[in-house]
Amino acid sequence: MEKPFRGGVHPDDSKHTRNEPVRPLEPAGLLILSLSQHIGAPSRPLVSSGDRVLKYQPLATPGGFVSVGLHAPTSGTVKGIEPSPHPSGRFVTAIVLEPDGLDEPMEPAGPGDPNLERGPAAWKEIVRDAGIVGMGGAAFPTHVKLSPPEEKPIEVVVANGVECEPFLTADHRLMVESADVIVSGLALAMEMVGAKKGIVAIEANKPDAAQAMREANLPAGVEVKVLPVMYPQGAEKQLIKALIGREVPTGGLPMDVGAVVQNVGTLAAIDAAVMRGVPLVERVMTLGGTLPNGPGNYMVTLGTPLSHVVENTGGLNGPVSRLINGGPMMGLALSGLESPVTKGTSGLLAFGPGDLRVPRQRACVRCGSCVRVCPASLMPHTLGSLVEWQLFDQLKEFCIGDCIECGCCTFTCPADRNLVQFIRQGKAELLSSGRK
Amino acid sequence: MNVSTILAPSPHLRSSATIETAMYGVIMALLPATAVGFYYFGLNAFRVTAVSILGCLFFEGFVLKMRGRDLVPLRDGSALLTGLLLAMNLPSGTPWWMVLVGAGVAIGLGKQVFGGLGYNPFNPALVARVFLLISFPVAMTSWPEPSPFSMSFDAVTKATPLGAMKTSLLMNGNVGEAADMGLMGPFLGNVGGCLGEVSALALLIGGVILLARKIITWHIPVSYFATVIGMTGAFWLLDPQRYAPPTFHLVTGGLMLGAFFMATDYVTSPVTSSGMLIFGVGCGVITVLIRLFGGYPEGVSFAILLMNAATPIIDRYTRPRVFGYPAGREARS
Repeated sequence: MEKPFRGGVHPDDSKHTRNEPVRPLEPAGLLILSLSQHIGAPSRPLVSSGDRVLKYQPLATPGGFVSVGLHAPTSGTVKGIEPSPHPSGRFVTAIVLEPDGLDEPMEPAGPGDPNLERGPAAWKEIVRDAGIVGMGGAAFPTHVKLSPPEEKPIEVVVANGVECEPFLTADHRLMVESADVIVSGLALAMEMVGAKKGIVAIEANKPDAAQAMREANLPAGVEVKVLPVMYPQGAEKQLIKALIGREVPTGGLPMDVGAVVQNVGTLAAIDAAVMRGVPLVERVMTLGGTLPNGPGNYMVTLGTPLSHVVENTGGLNGPVSRLINGGPMMGLALSGLESPVTKGTSGLLAFGPGDLRVPRQRACVRCGSCVRVCPASLMPHTLGSLVEWQLFDQLKEFCIGDCIECGCCTFTCPADRNLVQFIRQGKAELLSSGRK
Repeated sequence: MNVSTILAPSPHLRSSATIETAMYGVIMALLPATAVGFYYFGLNAFRVTAVSILGCLFFEGFVLKMRGRDLVPLRDGSALLTGLLLAMNLPSGTPWWMVLVGAGVAIGLGKQVFGGLGYNPFNPALVARVFLLISFPVAMTSWPEPSPFSMSFDAVTKATPLGAMKTSLLMNGNVGEAADMGLMGPFLGNVGGCLGEVSALALLIGGVILLARKIITWHIPVSYFATVIGMTGAFWLLDPQRYAPPTFHLVTGGLMLGAFFMATDYVTSPVTSSGMLIFGVGCGVITVLIRLFGGYPEGVSFAILLMNAATPIIDRYTRPRVFGYPAGREARS
């Protein structure tokens, strides 16, 4: 297979949980439903402390266009609306819900079929009201992506089942087990943006997922494409380049080249919302790394504390030295397990001391490997040095804004330089000095 | 649950490649050439190599101490590699004190004065070699004759193939016997020359190791060789009396050593593929010009040093087009 896009790295895929079917997890005694589970304005609460709520009942409403609502994953009592642990490490306002164990749904649970007659415009509202965001990790509100301006016609909707991050298998299992739901969501998304073509993109290390998707009830114009394994292929712009050979222009969006990319989990959520009236209240996540006693893929209620996920799957088999929310390449290191599962939680990885090489940063030896692996064709070593030397004025000349922060440069650097971290620092510096 | 985590930024995975794997990888790849040097030049070669390596390690530690740094960089293999490369670039008869001066120049003036590994604009071993060549021209061009398994420090001197050719050209106006000497000698190493440059075969093996282990890419050696073959070939076709065939140029002198081990030095060569091609072509052009028309019989060291100087500007003009920018436009916002 040919190299699908320029650059990229090939870390060991470590998909140890690929054959673990998605299992539901015991509900937790307390759910932390953060009002910021997505990029954009936080949602605004609709309930107050002491209220009894039913499953699927809206708890919060979108706080703006780039924002979504939030729903009760089960019935119970609102214990408070207060600063609570968040994966970012900060405390963020959340609705704390104590489930009553009855799991009593709202009546009726959903509008069902009549929605189909209401047409694509109404579906977008349903998607927004159902609180759906990109479930690959970035958590960008989905209805915004599904609302391109008229002057930007969409030709193709991509179902992103690439899952290029090592260790993560949540999307993999979802495709194997729920291919029809994903295909249905893809068909709905295609109608919403008026696209005639659909592509299901899967990396070659998931042949069973590709098989399942091919055997699903694919509508006309939809094909399954298997891509060579290469990180960061799941990044929107790299994926579009790999699939249709077009480059999203700098500062632009996939819609600028006639494409919309949706994670397969997101498409399943769209199907649930439009076809069954079910809002986004749970998701599949991978528990992995070297420490969990019960590594696997779990269907988890949003708001479930990560500690609950770990404890109810058998705990850990040793001392922790690194916890990662998401994949090992772009995931966020956690200081503990207090924070909850959010809409963007694709996985939780736990590693012990000695499992991950501890880098010791040295001077750049100009080997050029970062230049070779950069999928944006940047000069990461130069950007890193400019930030290190505080020559912020030159960062724009070297196109720092085009860095997608995939981490390939840092991964490959023999001098163990934290190049992505330097670049993030440089971007922050430009932003704060108003030069961007 | 006992949780005490490292809050490091992503990515949390790192490749296994380190500076050490690269440096010691190059050292390993140099071992065949080192062995051939020891075989043909005996104890003298060993003496030069040992003094050069120990000298470089000593000066690295000494200067680091003077700069108030810790001695950790001593273990990264770069000083050891500089020592080995310098030895490869010296005649086996070089007196010990001259080797030591070279080691001091390589580490002090070639590397640490700029801030150590990663900051030096010129290849340190070549800086030292050229320094010695200019300062002690006679000692630096006295080439002991190869004599397998020699355990003696005494040796008869012999011209290098390139030197013999240059002499003949000056005296007789033609390349003389030098070009007819057959290629087997310089291919195996049974000729006069610096102790690490004589065997094209051993260096070729080393080069293949470097390429196979992905320590270097093909761009610099291939463009360097191609340029030398193309240019010397053109002159040879024009006048075989005055110019040796390209095969002769390929296996003699320091071309193999330079192209695989010196021109590919990470720190002092361009970072992009297209930059490396330009760099290799530049090295080739300068090498051939010096060999055919210059005052020295050999031009590899000068060629690489001159191209080292051009590296920043090559890097500047070979920046790849950034993703999402129109073709042909400078990658600037």
